[in-house]
Amino acid sequence: MLDIAIIDYGSGNIRSAQKAFLKAAESFDVRASVKLTNNLDEISKASHLVLPGVGAFADCAAGIQKVEGLWPLLNQRVIKDGVPFLGICVGMQLMALEGHEYHVTKGLGWIDGLVRPIKPKDDALKIPHMGWNKIYAQTAHPIFKDIKIGDEGQHAYFVHSYHMDMKTSSQCIASTDYGGAVTAVVGQDNYIGTQFHPEKSQALGLKFIQNFMAWRP
Amino acid sequence: MLKKRLIPCLDVKDGRVVKGVQFVDLIDAGDPVECAIAYDKAGADELCFLDITASNENRGTLIDLVERTAEQCFMPVTVGGGVRKPEDVRTLLLAGADKVSINTAAVFDRDIVNKAAEKFGNQCIVVAIDAKKVSGEGEAEKWEIFTHGGRKPTGIDAVDYAKDMDARGAGEILLTSMDRDGAKIGFDLGLTRAVADAVKIPVIASGGVGTLDHLVDGVVKGHASAVLAASIFHFGTYSIEEAKQYMAKAGIPMRLDGYGD
Repeated sequence: MLDIAIIDYGSGNIRSAQKAFLKAAESFDVRASVKLTNNLDEISKASHLVLPGVGAFADCAAGIQKVEGLWPLLNQRVIKDGVPFLGICVGMQLMALEGHEYHVTKGLGWIDGLVRPIKPKDDALKIPHMGWNKIYAQTAHPIFKDIKIGDEGQHAYFVHSYHMDMKTSSQCIASTDYGGAVTAVVGQDNYIGTQFHPEKSQALGLKFIQNFMAWRP
Repeated sequence: MLKKRLIPCLDVKDGRVVKGVQFVDLIDAGDPVECAIAYDKAGADELCFLDITASNENRGTLIDLVERTAEQCFMPVTVGGGVRKPEDVRTLLLAGADKVSINTAAVFDRDIVNKAAEKFGNQCIVVAIDAKKVSGEGEAEKWEIFTHGGRKPTGIDAVDYAKDMDARGAGEILLTSMDRDGAKIGFDLGLTRAVADAVKIPVIASGGVGTLDHLVDGVVKGHASAVLAASIFHFGTYSIEEAKQYMAKAGIPMRLDGYGD
C-alpha cells in the first residue's frame, strides 16, 4: 500500500491535489492512502511525497520555512533516501536554485535552473500563460507511459507567469511552446516536477498521477 | 500552441442552478455538481460558477457545492459572486476553487485586487467587469462599468478600469456586456476587442452568445482568450463538443482531446 503525503504548508488549493490522487488510485486500482500533512513524522514515513504550490515563489518558500524542520527533511527524504517526489507548479519551481520573482529567493536547489518571468517572443501573447497546451518530451521518461504527448498528443493545463529557466538541459524532461520553449517538466533520479497542473488536466492528469504512483526510480 | 478556451457558466442561487439546465440525461438538472460533472466529461476547458444568492446566510451552500465539485471534477473551476474581502477569496480557494472572481467589491475598493493578488497569487484572481455601451451613434465607442446587475452606472470607463485591474495584479478579466447578456445576438465585439487589446492578461468574453458563430467572433474579432456561454449549452442547443469542433473548423486553436474523460 502506498503512503502518499501531500505536503500542506499553507499554499492555496491543495484539496484538489488530494482528490485527484484519490481518484487516480481508485480509477487505476492502486491501493494508496493520501494525506494532506505538515507532520514531520508522517512525511518521514511516506512512500511518495508531493509538493503542490500556487502563488508567489517567495511566499511558498517562506511557507515551507515556517514549518520547522521541513526544509531539511525534504532534502533528507528526497536527496538522501531517494523517495519518489512530485512538485506541482510553484512546488516544481521550488526545486530550482533560485526564484527571481520580485526579489531573489533561494529554492531547494535540486534542479539547475532559475525561475524567471516567461518572455514570449510574440508580444501579443498574454501573461499568465493560462490554459491548455501540448507538451513535448525532451527525454523519454516513465512518467509519460501511455500518455500521448507531442503534436498529436493530449493537452495539459497551465497557469503561470514564471517558468524555470534551465541551465542544464539534461534535467529538462519536457517543454511546452508559448512564443518559445517553456519548461513543462523537470527531474532527475527520483524527483520530478511539473509546471502544469496534473490535478486539473482531466484524463492526461489522472494518468500522469497514476504513472507517478507506479514509478519505482 | 496555447488553445482558446470554451467555458460554460452556471448561475447558482441558494445552491441550485438557476436559468435552468436541461441536459438530456441528467437526473437532477438543478444540481450544480451534476452539471459540473457533465461539463467535465463533455470536455469543457474550464467551468465557471456564478453565485447570485442575494443573502449572505446561504453562502455555506456555495462552499459546499464547490467542495463537492472539486471532489469529482479535475478541471479548473472559477467561482464568483458576493466576494467582498480577501477572506472570501481564501474560503473559496480552500473549498477547491482554482480562481475566484471579484466584481462589485473591486469597483468600490480597487485595493482588494492588489491585496488578493499579493496574498493568493495573481493567477487565481479574476476581475469580473460588467459594462454597457454609453456612446451614441456616430460617436467614438465608449463603455461604462455598471453594478447591481447592470442597473447602476458608476461613471468609470471600462477600458481604463480593465487596464488598472491588470496593473493591480488581476490574472484575468471576465468581461460581460450587460447590453448583450441573455440577448443571444452575440458578444459586444467592440467592447471585447477594446479591452482585450488594452490589457496584457487574458480576457474571457461573456454575454450574448446565441450561435456558434458568436463564439468564433469572440475570439477572431473580439481577440478574447476564452469565450463563456450559458444557455446554449444548458438547454442542449449545442454540445461542448459541437462548439469546439465548430471553432476549430473556423481556424481557432482548440483542445479537441478532452471528451469522455
